[in-house]
Amino acid sequence: MVTITRKIEFSASHLYHNPAFSAEENRRIFGKCNNPHGHGHNYTLEVTIAGSPDPTTGMVIDLTELKELLEREVMQRMDHRFLNYEVAELKGMIPTCENLTVVIWNLLASKIRQGKLHRVRLYEARDLFADCFGPGSTQGAA
Amino acid sequence: MKVTLTRRYSFSASHRLHSGQLSEAENQRLYGKCNNPFGHGHNYEVEVTLAGAIHPATGMIANLAELDAFVQQHVLADFDHRYLNEEVPVFGKVVPTTENLCIEIYNRLKTFPGARLERVRIEETSKNSFEYSGNGQDQP
Repeated sequence: MVTITRKIEFSASHLYHNPAFSAEENRRIFGKCNNPHGHGHNYTLEVTIAGSPDPTTGMVIDLTELKELLEREVMQRMDHRFLNYEVAELKGMIPTCENLTVVIWNLLASKIRQGKLHRVRLYEARDLFADCFGPGSTQGAA
Repeated sequence: MKVTLTRRYSFSASHRLHSGQLSEAENQRLYGKCNNPFGHGHNYEVEVTLAGAIHPATGMIANLAELDAFVQQHVLADFDHRYLNEEVPVFGKVVPTTENLCIEIYNRLKTFPGARLERVRIEETSKNSFEYSGNGQDQP
């Protein structure tokens, strides 16, 4: 098995707030991420595809296709958006790094035509990232 | 669906690689300049990876403020700006290679109550990195 990873960057804003919690609980649990007008990050997304290189092309996946898929599914949906209010797939969820990797996995997994989606890694900042290994990933059994 | 969360921390410390079970000449041959008698330092980068279910109410595997406090208390407070050989008791007995540092930090963090510790990864320099996932005997 060989993996190939494509990286893209997008910028977006979000806030953490659960309406089921009191104002004090929101503040205590989410800290400054609960500030009411939100705040932003430069996100770095790494999408890893696993498979065997095609004997004819030498490729695990056509990178142009992958680039177009990421543009369509991630960039157009999330770049320069307020994630809480503008991304339908996040409705009812706290837009944490963890949840974003799951949403992005679900947006991409069924649309990869060559190889298999292996890992979605999303950096919210240099010192924080989440990994999602969904169904079909070699590490996705858990 | 397996989701993990990784947080990155930094600390600066000095160490000397020297084994009491080897002769002076063997230590010098094996560890080279890392055996220099007064030690030397690194800026260590530590990645702490947690695994677990995402809590529906918070969207989180673990509360980062709690993790930060735990890492500060159990690792950074003891390691940052210290001479590991002399000031961290376990390294009086085992050589403070970054392999052993990974195991020691893993052991200190595995009781974090918020989520399961998946992995500790340390960059000693931009060229050398080490990982430990708790699959051995957990002993430095």
